[in-house]
Amino acid sequence: MNTNTNRVLACIDGSALTEAVCDYAAWIAQRVDAPLKLLHTIDHHPESAPKSDLSGNIGVDSRDHLLEEIISLEQQRSKLQLQQGKLLLQAAKERVLQAGVADPITNQRHGSLVESLIELEDSMRVLVIGLRGKVHENQPDKIGAKLESIIRSLHKPILVVNQAFKAPQRIMLAYDGGRAAEKAVEMVATSPLYKGMVCHLVYVSKDEDGKGQLLDLVANKLKQAGDIEVIAKKLTGKPDQVLFEYQESHDIDMTVMGAFSHTRLHDLLLGSFTARMLLNSKKPLLLLR
Amino acid sequence: MLFLSKKQDWLGNIRSDLLAGIVVALALIPEAIAFSIIAGVDPKVGLYASFCIAAITAFVGGRPGMISAATGAMALLMVTLVRDHGLQYLLAATLLTGVLQIIAGYLKLGSLMSFVSRSVVTGFVNALGILIFMAQLPELTHVTWHVYAMTAAGLAIIYLFPYLPVIGKSLPSPLVCIVALTAVAIYLNLDIRTVGDMGQLPDALPVFLWPEVPLTLETLSIIFPYSAGLAMVGLLESLMTATIVDELTDTPSDKNRECKGQGLANIGAGLLGGMAGCAMIGQSIINIKSGGRGRLSTLSAGVFLLIMVVFLDAWISRIPMAALVAVMIMVSIGTFSWRSILNLKQHPMSTNIVMVATVVVVVWTHNLAIGVFVGVLLASLFFANKISHFMYVESALDGESSTRTYHVVGQVFFNSADKFGAAFDFKEAVDKVVIDLHRAHFWDISAVSALDKVVIKFRREGADVELIGLNEASTTIIDRFGIHDKPEEIEKIMGGH
Repeated sequence: MNTNTNRVLACIDGSALTEAVCDYAAWIAQRVDAPLKLLHTIDHHPESAPKSDLSGNIGVDSRDHLLEEIISLEQQRSKLQLQQGKLLLQAAKERVLQAGVADPITNQRHGSLVESLIELEDSMRVLVIGLRGKVHENQPDKIGAKLESIIRSLHKPILVVNQAFKAPQRIMLAYDGGRAAEKAVEMVATSPLYKGMVCHLVYVSKDEDGKGQLLDLVANKLKQAGDIEVIAKKLTGKPDQVLFEYQESHDIDMTVMGAFSHTRLHDLLLGSFTARMLLNSKKPLLLLR
Repeated sequence: MLFLSKKQDWLGNIRSDLLAGIVVALALIPEAIAFSIIAGVDPKVGLYASFCIAAITAFVGGRPGMISAATGAMALLMVTLVRDHGLQYLLAATLLTGVLQIIAGYLKLGSLMSFVSRSVVTGFVNALGILIFMAQLPELTHVTWHVYAMTAAGLAIIYLFPYLPVIGKSLPSPLVCIVALTAVAIYLNLDIRTVGDMGQLPDALPVFLWPEVPLTLETLSIIFPYSAGLAMVGLLESLMTATIVDELTDTPSDKNRECKGQGLANIGAGLLGGMAGCAMIGQSIINIKSGGRGRLSTLSAGVFLLIMVVFLDAWISRIPMAALVAVMIMVSIGTFSWRSILNLKQHPMSTNIVMVATVVVVVWTHNLAIGVFVGVLLASLFFANKISHFMYVESALDGESSTRTYHVVGQVFFNSADKFGAAFDFKEAVDKVVIDLHRAHFWDISAVSALDKVVIKFRREGADVELIGLNEASTTIIDRFGIHDKPEEIEKIMGGH
C-alpha cells in the first residue's frame, strides 16, 4: 500500500454533489492505488452572533451569565454539526466501500475548509471536491463560496466534480503552452489514472500563430509515454467557448487544465479563464496549479 | 497592517452589528455625559470623543466587537488638569496620550498584560464598578425626593422591562427608561436637573481643531504626567476588556494592534475637541449580548451616537439626569463582579488580598493604574513567597572521612536565599563539606551570593568545600555572577579597578 503522503482526499459536506464526489474519489483511488480519505469540516462562524438580545441591560454577573449562555448555545450547535458530519461520513464511507475501495479513512475537523486543507496538503495526492457546497447549492450561476481560495491556496491537483459519476473514457487536455499546461502533460503521461483513455490534446489560439507547432511535439511525448490514445487538435476562437463546443461535440467526460495562473488582481480586472471554465463546464475539471 | 481587516470582521454579521450598535450608542451617551461633568468639561467634549474613538477603533483596533469611547476611568484622571489649566490643556494631553499609546503598541507592551493576574483583573473591574457608581452620587445628594423616585423607577424599567413578552427583548430597556422618565418629567413639569443644565451639548458635527496651547517644554511638563497616566489606564482597561471579549466570543485579538488603535483614536479625539478615552467593559458586554461581533458594531455605535446627539440635541437636553444616573448605575452593577464576593470564601487568602488591595487602592486614589500596579506587585510577592517554599536541604555525615554532604533541592532565589543559608550547620567540625546541587535551581545573584557566603564560611571554619552536580541553569548563573571559584573575579573586586 502507498504511504500516508499519497492520499486521495474527498471533501464531504452533504450537498447534492457529495455522492458524485465519493464516486470520483473512489474511482481515482482505485485507478492509482492510493488510500482514500473522506474529510468533513465543521465550520464555526465566530464572526456572527448565535443569538441577539436587544434588551440592552446588564445586571448582576451579566458577564458570567452571558458567557455560560453563549457557551451552551455553541456547544449544542457544535454537537449537532458533529453528529451530522458523522452521519455524512458514515454514508460516504459505505458508498466508497461498495465501490470497492479498501479501508477508506474518515476525518472530521473543526475550522474552515481552506485552513484544514492547507494543513492536510502534505498528505494529499489529489483533492476531490464538489463545484458547489451547501451555501450555493441551488444557484447555478455561482461556484462554491470557497472554491477559488481553495484552488489558489493548494498546490496539488484538484478534481472539481459537477455532475453524477461517469467513469471518464475521453479526456480533454487544454494546452496553452504555459507552465501549468506542461505540468498537466507530464502528469497525464505518467499517472496510471489515464491508462487506456483517449486524450484530446486541444490548443486554442485567438488567431493562427506559431505556438501550435509545439502541439505535435507534445502529442508525440504523450504517445510515447504509454497506453494513451492521443488526438491533437488546433482550434481558433475564444478559448472557453471553443473548448466547451469541443467538449460537447466529442463527448469529452473530463477536462485537464492549469488553473489560476494569474494573480487575483489580474483576474479581478480581466476576469479569470479558470473561473469561467468552472462555471460553464458541464464535465468535471481536473485543475493543476 | 493597522488598517487591514478581514471582510468578515466587517460584513459577517451586518444586521446584528447594526442593531447592537444602536443599543450600545444608548449606553454610551449617559457615560459620556456623566463623565464629562466629572472631568469638568461640557458634555459635548465627551460626546465628540465617544463618537471619534468608537469610529476610529472600529477601523484600527485589534479587537473587533469591542466598544471604546470616553470613559469614567480616564475622566477621573483629568479632573485636576481641567481645573488648573483648562480644556485646551486637556486636548493637548489627549494628543500626547495617543502618541504614548502608539509607542507602547510598537514596543509590544501589550504582552506585559500576562503579568496581570486574574485576581488583579477582578479587582480592576470591581473598582471600576464602584468608581462608576460613586461618580453618580453627586446627582443623588442634596436633591428632592423626586430624583430618588425617578432613579428608582428608571432602574425598575431597565431590569423589569425585558421580562415583557415580545417587545421586552427587542426594545433596549435603557432607551425605554430614558424616554419614559423624560416624558414624565416634561409632563409633570418637575423641577429637577436635566442634561441641558450640565453644559453645552453638541449642535453640529465635530470640526478639526489644534489645541490652543503654547508649544513649550513647560506645557509638556504640565501635560506629560497626565498623559502618561491616561495612556496607562487606557491601555489597561482596553486590554482587559479585549481579554473579556476574547473569552466571550472565543476568538483571538491582536493586543499590540489594539494599543496602537487606542492611540490613534485618542489622537483623533484630541483633534476633534474630545477627551481621551478607552475601551469600556460594560458597554462591550452590552454589545456582545446584543449580538454585536464585528467592527461594524463599533462603528455604528459611534455613528448612531453622533446622529442622536447632533440631531436630537433639543430632546437630549431635556433628559432628566435621574434617567442617566439609572443607566449608569446599571453599568456599574453590570461591571462589578458579584461572583467574586462569593468566591472570597473559596479562593486562597493571598488571591483575595490581591483583589481587595487593588479595589481599595483604586477607590482611594481614583487611579486604576496605581491600583493595578499595587495588585501586580502583591501578586508577584505572594508568588515569590510560594515558590520559596519549594526548597529544602538534606544532609548526611560520613564519620570515617569526616565529610558532611548537603543535598539542596528546589528553587533558590532572592526570597529563599536566607532560608538556604540557614540550612547549613557551620558549627559542626568536619574536614570536608560536599554540597550537591544537581537538583537545585539558582535563579539570581542573591542565590549565587548566598552560595558564596556558605562556601566562604565553611572554608573559614577550615573545611574543604566541593560543589557537585551543578545543573546547567545553575552553572550559567554561577559562571556569570559567582566569585568563590573565580580568582580573576575576586581580583577584579579586590583590585579596585
